[in-house]
Amino acid sequence: MHTKSVAQLMQGLRERQFSSVEVTRAYLHRIAALDSQYNSFITVDEAAALAAAAIADKRLAAGDGAALTGIPIAHKDIFCTDGMRTSCGSRMLDNFIPPYDATVIQRFNAAGAVLLGKTNMDEFAMGSSTESSFYGPTRNPWNTDLVPGGSSGGSAAAVAGRLAPAATGTDTGGSIRQPAAFCGITGLKPTYGRVSRLGMVAFASSLDQAGPMAHSAEDCALLLNTMAGHDPLDSTSSTMATADYCASLGDSLAGLRIGLPREYFSAGLDAATGACIGSALQELEAQGATLVEVSLPHSDLTIPTYYIIAPAEASTNLSRFDGVRYGYRCDNPTDLHDLYTRTRQEGFGDEVKRRILVGTYALSAGYYDAYYKKAQQIRRLIKQDFMDCFEQVDIIAGPTTPGPAFALGAKANDPIAMYLEDVYTLAVNLAGLPGMSIPAGFVDNKPVGLQLIGRHFDETRLLNVAHRFQQATDWHLRTPDSAQGGQQ
Amino acid sequence: MQWESVIGLEVHLQLATQSKIFSGSSTAFGAEPNTQASAVDLAMPGMLPVLNEQAVRFAVKFGLGIGASIGKRSVFDRKNYFYPDLPKGYQISQFDAPIVGRGTFEILLEDGSARSIGITRAHLEEDAGKSLHEDFHGQTGIDLNRAGTPLLEIVSDPDIRNAAEAVSYLKALHSLVTYLGISDGNMAEGSMRCDVNISLRPLGCETLGTRAEIKNVNSFRFVDKAIRYEIERQTAILEDGGTVAQETRLYDADRDETRPMRSKEIANDYRYFPEPDLLPVVIDDAYIEAIRNTLPELPADKRHRFHTQYGLNTYDANILSATRALADYFEAVAADCGDAKIAANWVQVELLGQLNRDAHAIDNCPVSAAQLGGLIRRILDHSISGKMAKQVFEAMWQGEGSADAIIDARGFKQVSDSGALETIVDQVINTNAAQAQQYRDADETKRKKLVGFFVGQVMQLSKGQANPQMVNDLLAKKLV
Repeated sequence: MHTKSVAQLMQGLRERQFSSVEVTRAYLHRIAALDSQYNSFITVDEAAALAAAAIADKRLAAGDGAALTGIPIAHKDIFCTDGMRTSCGSRMLDNFIPPYDATVIQRFNAAGAVLLGKTNMDEFAMGSSTESSFYGPTRNPWNTDLVPGGSSGGSAAAVAGRLAPAATGTDTGGSIRQPAAFCGITGLKPTYGRVSRLGMVAFASSLDQAGPMAHSAEDCALLLNTMAGHDPLDSTSSTMATADYCASLGDSLAGLRIGLPREYFSAGLDAATGACIGSALQELEAQGATLVEVSLPHSDLTIPTYYIIAPAEASTNLSRFDGVRYGYRCDNPTDLHDLYTRTRQEGFGDEVKRRILVGTYALSAGYYDAYYKKAQQIRRLIKQDFMDCFEQVDIIAGPTTPGPAFALGAKANDPIAMYLEDVYTLAVNLAGLPGMSIPAGFVDNKPVGLQLIGRHFDETRLLNVAHRFQQATDWHLRTPDSAQGGQQ
Repeated sequence: MQWESVIGLEVHLQLATQSKIFSGSSTAFGAEPNTQASAVDLAMPGMLPVLNEQAVRFAVKFGLGIGASIGKRSVFDRKNYFYPDLPKGYQISQFDAPIVGRGTFEILLEDGSARSIGITRAHLEEDAGKSLHEDFHGQTGIDLNRAGTPLLEIVSDPDIRNAAEAVSYLKALHSLVTYLGISDGNMAEGSMRCDVNISLRPLGCETLGTRAEIKNVNSFRFVDKAIRYEIERQTAILEDGGTVAQETRLYDADRDETRPMRSKEIANDYRYFPEPDLLPVVIDDAYIEAIRNTLPELPADKRHRFHTQYGLNTYDANILSATRALADYFEAVAADCGDAKIAANWVQVELLGQLNRDAHAIDNCPVSAAQLGGLIRRILDHSISGKMAKQVFEAMWQGEGSADAIIDARGFKQVSDSGALETIVDQVINTNAAQAQQYRDADETKRKKLVGFFVGQVMQLSKGQANPQMVNDLLAKKLV
């Protein structure tokens, strides 16, 4: 059961080969049996999941099934879930039970999906290793001494370890694509504005975007069909019409022009990882695509630009966690100042505090022009680089990360080394473009991810290229040894 | 030394939208604490603002009302500071791209002259909630019903010179925004709140002195008193050779003084930056023109028209145009009776007097414009005297019906029938032959005094219903 794709589960449910309760129970069993290895879930409510599955079975029996009816999905613990704790990986929200669903959750509910549980993440999505979670680090199913990437590391590990057929993630600077690469799964960060941000705990508002994480491009397309669309309650969500993201999966790649940014294949790239990417690109070439070298000249400014804008927005987005209305509150505050300082001192972890400090500094009077304003100007140049490339090519391809997953603790005390992990993914968020990571091979039994970057709102093309690649390869079908067992 | 005070006002105006500026919660005043606070207003995690178009429309209306340029692309910014009644830890406001740019409007001073006051800008923002310090035993209660109520912050140029001008400015502003229907302007409920920036400089000096900002002065009277106090305070400091500190002060109405706010209450660096959860507000000419077409006649225009069309003096025209309801009432009375000057007099003296005594608003005045017009018509056609008319008005106020009904019911009809009056006049002259002789012997000056006696007698006999003008004419004829 647990090796089936979402598409296969949908077919099995439709044909009554098995029930949603059976599928859900199988996954719950696997979570109970195997997740102690990974720590990929923060919250699992078995009774609620089985109840939702029973309802889904009734809908299916009545011929009233919607797109994902009966499919168990794990959600990153950043999406607010009505009546179920939403911690965002932080002590600050350890006691927070939202009285509402995020729009993404509502859409999955409406489609009949079963909420399997809430997955672990870097605190407030700030991190690239899922080590900064209040609930302890998540481990990589391919090698539990390694990090799964982050911040959506819980979702990536849950899918890779086959504890969920698919999951949601969010990506502010690579938080879907990098863990997808590290865990050997497929992850899509849609165009900024394609998926509603309402009810998603905000990290950096102008960069945050939710997306699907699954084994295959086809499964990501199925999830995106449910997730994408305008939300009148999110002013930044796009009114542009969505597509049926499954409709063009099989289209031929003949004539496709793929841009390879020379800046993404330079000294910082691990040689073995580079070799995997090279082979993957050859496969695409074999299917009729043309490889074109392109340039993103402002690439070296990406990390400093991102690490001004994202912390600046985060510093004010996180101001609401003040101990007044919900969430963590320090014991016995002596006065207002004490309430604020101790609540935030005790409620936030180090990485979150670091970014609040950086962001507060960058927005301060006298520094605003030199930092935030300058960063916004460079952001426009970075976006323009991509626009110029898309004059020549249809998509851009390269490595998702400079190398494969690293050991737990290896970069935990070196923020700069950690920030460099996202060197190839950050620019996509700054430019608001859609980006994917798909499994493209292994280095020492550690997965490697191929990143595909598309034009704004051209998710269809990305999914098409990824699907065609996956038709010809089996990297995405491999299962880590740690995921063996766990059968009922 | 002669000092000149230089005053600028920042007015926070609550806009009369049904729902909040960034959420669907009601803005109605006076509900139980926290019953009008949605997840957005509470700044629950993941909640996002959605701009209320009505607030934009109202801001544009205001801009057009002061002849200002409208920002074609205005931007919302976050103003960051921590306070328990500010749920997000930032206020969504506008910083360097406000929706309303520079404009001017005219205020009327006590001496009847008009002055033009510059408006620097007006921008949209959200209100904070309220911190309640009573009833919580040393703790603070937070009511977020007000959080997210739309505000238009209207910033004046430092064109105001004294307390009276400041009050005139606020009254004119109040009049304008109620005309436009964008705010109820209710200062007692906090719909219009005022911060005063004030500095002194030697008369004739061009450079500005150091200013103090007085926060939250929330009635016309307090604005007047706070400014007077502050001018005295700053004058005393400067006369002593001291310097005024640039600081934020609070007006304490109970003690009638301003005092510095604790530094903890003032955030120094708001770290403004563009609000990433909202798109810039883009406004095109068609939108502006559509709103312009809905603008009513504004108070200053109405005042000028009352002057030219009805011949009212500036003072009367100003009073009668203060609110749209009063102006409409006056014009209806004038149209009904056909004499604007008498209508103006009655509305101003009798009607406003009664309204003030009974603390009624013009909107629920017990006497309709048609009723008052009917009364004035009876004065004009000499059916009743002015004195009777006041009694009729009293009766009308008590709900006794139209002027004609009251006149009939009370037998107030003025006797203007010359035959009937002649009989009474003759009777009075005959019964007071001695006084009549005295009259005949007197010179013109004395006669004027003596005639009053006869008029009084005629009035008494006629039970006050004789037409006084006709009585005078008849007496003058018959006594000689």
